[in-house]
Amino acid sequence: MTVLLIAEHDNASLKEATHKALSAAAKVGGDIHVLVAGYQAAAAAEHAAKLTGVTRVLHIDAAELERPLAEPMAANIVALAADYDHIVAPATNNGKNYMPRVAAMLDVMQVSEVSDVKAADIFVRLIYAGNAVQTVQATDAKKVITVRIASFPPASETGNAVVGRKEAVADPGLSSYVGETISRSDLPELTSAKVVISGGRGMQSGENFKLLEAVARKLNAAVGASRAAVDAGFVSNDYQVGQTGKVVAPELYIAVGISGAIQHLAGMKDSKIIAAINNDQDAPIFQVADFGLVADLFEALPQLEKAL
Amino acid sequence: MKILVAVKRVVDFNVAIRVKADGSGVDIGNAKMSMNPFDEIGVEEAVRLKEAGKATEVVVVSIGPAQVQETLRTALAMGADRAILVKHEDYVEPLGVAKVLKEVVTAEKPDIVILGKQAIDDDCNQTGQMLAALLGWPQGTFASKIDIEESTLTVVREADGGLQTVRLRMPTIVTTDLRLNEPRYASLPNIMKAKKKPCDEMTPADYGVDVKPRLKLIKTEEPSKRQAGVKVCSASELAAKLKETGAIR
Ligand SMILES: Cc1cc2nc3c(=O)[nH]c(=O)nc-3n(C[C@H](O)[C@H](O)[C@H](O)COP(=O)(O)OP(=O)(O)OC[C@H]3O[C@@H](n4cnc5c(N)ncnc54)[C@H](O)[C@@H]3O)c2cc1C
Ligand SMILES: Nc1ncnc2c1ncn2[C@@H]1O[C@H](COP(=O)(O)O)[C@@H](O)[C@H]1O
Repeated sequence: MTVLLIAEHDNASLKEATHKALSAAAKVGGDIHVLVAGYQAAAAAEHAAKLTGVTRVLHIDAAELERPLAEPMAANIVALAADYDHIVAPATNNGKNYMPRVAAMLDVMQVSEVSDVKAADIFVRLIYAGNAVQTVQATDAKKVITVRIASFPPASETGNAVVGRKEAVADPGLSSYVGETISRSDLPELTSAKVVISGGRGMQSGENFKLLEAVARKLNAAVGASRAAVDAGFVSNDYQVGQTGKVVAPELYIAVGISGAIQHLAGMKDSKIIAAINNDQDAPIFQVADFGLVADLFEALPQLEKAL
Repeated sequence: MKILVAVKRVVDFNVAIRVKADGSGVDIGNAKMSMNPFDEIGVEEAVRLKEAGKATEVVVVSIGPAQVQETLRTALAMGADRAILVKHEDYVEPLGVAKVLKEVVTAEKPDIVILGKQAIDDDCNQTGQMLAALLGWPQGTFASKIDIEESTLTVVREADGGLQTVRLRMPTIVTTDLRLNEPRYASLPNIMKAKKKPCDEMTPADYGVDVKPRLKLIKTEEPSKRQAGVKVCSASELAAKLKETGAIR
């Protein structure tokens, strides 16, 4: 049995999502090959060769894979599929985009965002915003799996696999990349940070997120947000934590001015420690918080920053 | 320009569901049902394109039991022209839904098919991408803005690090994200008018599609519950407690 793991990378190096998805792939068992499909991504392929437990790295280089677009990405994965029993990718935005396309091309029902692997064909996943946990058996001959990265520890880098080049298949020519608006921050990335501090509607403005950032800087934390804060335009879409945003499980999650709707809890309730600051003592967030502070956030945040 | 929108009937996002004691699934009993919120956004976008003179017809389709008729009526009341109900009593997986939708597309020949990015019950986030694959069409997933120019569609996508813009050849698939628009409420006169709009009834078998599930459900359980912890009195006490846990230094 052989697993093909699709790497998440920025052409220069792997993203930690790959290391976490590898931990899920390792639970499937068998040989693990990693596909690094990108553009001028030799460094990322070399990086993949270091992943513990990986026996082979397949490196495909083509301009249309730089970002990567779903249509050529899926075509390239499908071209390799005959050799593999499992195709696994992290459930990042990219993985969620191309993997169901791969699954349908192979006539396979994908298992989305698995949070545990019980056997080579038995997977655990959450439904209804994390309010129910399903164990399912995939009956298709091939398994196409995306991995909820917050549920797995990152694999280490003690390996020394061989890297082999593969030719890219012809670009289906259906789509092209136009541009991007990347929200830049010098703070850690949301899904790999050990500490996350998130703001909600209670923050009242984007300007006020500076209060959160000041605390984040002290803690080397990432900053996140509720949907309400994103919808109101306080911060950009990539800050959203929740059922339909990013799922995080840091050592510490601090929710500030967030009520604790189930859709938000779905993205953070597996955090090791949860703290909440809210001026409403009945806010549902306090039902899941290890430490709750009933206070006005505009007073509490500067005080917290000082006390840290 | 014709637009097809796929809508799913789901338990309303405000309802807290219960897991059945025997582990066989989720008890939705008499829970309030609604259109999947991402699909409301899809219907809204299609209706706006029609109002802007860019689309000529908006067709909505749903696969499910007879009650999905209600969901389709809601879409008609929002401004869709016509509905197709593909009747099937049991849950249909995204792959099965995509196969049925492929046949609907072949019959209806839309220029754009809009789906939600995710159904808030199964949380799969697959169907649109699968339909694009089966048709060999491009896919503009997690859309927060779309623009039609002749034979191409420009889509601004919500990505992990911000926003990404892609250009797609038409016909194409679009899946909606939360910021694409704010769906309207149907007015009472429009709800009355919707009752007279046509709704065709089909079955997966009419389209020659096998929707037998590929995933076998072994069990459904409650997630582990968190206990509420302690309340602290001040920000400095909070800082002290957090340091005690070792989560921060
Ligand atoms: C399809 C769908 C998908 C969704 N996906 C997500 C998702 O992925 N992530 C997500 O977060 N939500 C999601 N939601 C939205 C979710 O249902 C809630 O509406 C949202 O989480 C509320 O955000 P909030 O807690 O910031 O705002 P509110 O619920 O308005 O809460 C604001 C809180 O701030 C407190 N507050 C106000 N002022 C102060 C102050 N000065 N000091 C201290 N506290 C203060 C208030 O007491 C209140 O508790 C989704 C909803 C739908 C329908
Ligand atoms: N039974 C269904 N009938 C119509 N559309 C559906 C159905 N199931 C899923 N969809 C569409 O596919 C989208 C994504 O669903 P999913 O892949 O299940 O998360 C939904 O938002 C709908 O637009």
